[in-house]
Amino acid sequence: MSVNPDREGHTYPPAEPYQLSRDAVREFATAVMAHHPAHHDVDAARDLGHRDLIAPPTFVVRVAQRAEAAAVNDPEAGIDFSRVVHAEERFTHHSPVLAGDTLTAQTTLERIRVMGAGAMVTTRTEVHNDAGTHTTTVISSLLVRGEDDQEATP
Amino acid sequence: MSTRPQIDQLEKGQSIGEQTVGISRADLIRYAAASGDHNPIHWNDRFAREVGLQGVIAHGMLTMGLAADLVTAWAGDPAAVVDYQTRFTKPVPVPDAEAGSPETHTAWLNISGKVGKIDAEAGTVRVDLTVAWNSQPAPGTPGEGSAGEKVLAKTQAVVAL
Repeated sequence: MSVNPDREGHTYPPAEPYQLSRDAVREFATAVMAHHPAHHDVDAARDLGHRDLIAPPTFVVRVAQRAEAAAVNDPEAGIDFSRVVHAEERFTHHSPVLAGDTLTAQTTLERIRVMGAGAMVTTRTEVHNDAGTHTTTVISSLLVRGEDDQEATP
Repeated sequence: MSTRPQIDQLEKGQSIGEQTVGISRADLIRYAAASGDHNPIHWNDRFAREVGLQGVIAHGMLTMGLAADLVTAWAGDPAAVVDYQTRFTKPVPVPDAEAGSPETHTAWLNISGKVGKIDAEAGTVRVDLTVAWNSQPAPGTPGEGSAGEKVLAKTQAVVAL
C-alpha cells in the first residue's frame, strides 16, 4: 500500500458530534497537568468571562482525531497507519472551546507530499460548536514511512 | 489568578518562566484515557519493541499538552492562547519503574519559554518554548533551562494580550 497523492484536497464527512462535559475538560486538564483554575473551577472560568470551563489548548485533538480517522482509514488515500509517525500539530483557536459545547469536526486531506517510498500527509480539521461558531482549525502532519524504509524511531 | 502581562512592558527574549515535569507510566495511562489515544506503543513494552522502539514512549501530544501549562499560567487566561504548534522530533522514553508505584516518575521534561516576537498592532506575543527530556530527576542548572535532549522543535504559542 502506498499513499495516493491524487487524494489531496478530498474532504470527508464530519465525524459524529462530540459532547464536551465538565468532567471531560477536568479529566483532560488533569492528564496534561494543566493547572489553570479555569479548566477545573466553573467560578474561575466565569471570572474570566467564559460561560463554563475552558478546555486546555490541545484538548481539541480528542475531537480532531475522530475526524482524521476518516482520512487515515480511507482505502483510496492508502495510508498504512502502522507506518505512521506524528510529525507536526497546530491548533488555531478562533473562539474558546467550553464545557457544554457539542463539537463537530470535519477533515480535509490538505497536502500529500510523496517522499521516496513514503509521504508526508497533512490534514486540516475544522471544528465548530453547536451554535455554529468556528472554534478551532487543527493542522496535523503524519509521516508515512515507505515499505522500503528502515524501521525508524518516531 | 496571575495578572496578565502588559504587552508594552515585554521585550523580545524575555523569559516567561521554566518548569520541570515528571512523567510516570500512570501518567501515560491517564493521557490515553483522557485523549482517546490508546496506541499500545504508549503502554506496552513488547509492542513498542516490535515496532522498533526501545520501549514505551510518551504520546507526542502529551508532551505538547504538558508544555502549554507554562503559557496559560503566564497569559492569565487559557483563551488567550490563540495558536499553538509544534514539531515532534524525538521520542520521550518512559520506562517502567524498577520498583515501587506505577506513579513513580521515570522521565522528566524541562520546559522553558521566552518572548519570541511582539506584534503590538495585533496585540499578540509569540512565545517560543523549549522542551527537553531527561532520564534523571536533576536537570541542569536552575535558570539555564533546556538541559537534556530536545524532543520538540518550533514549539510556538501565540498569546493575545
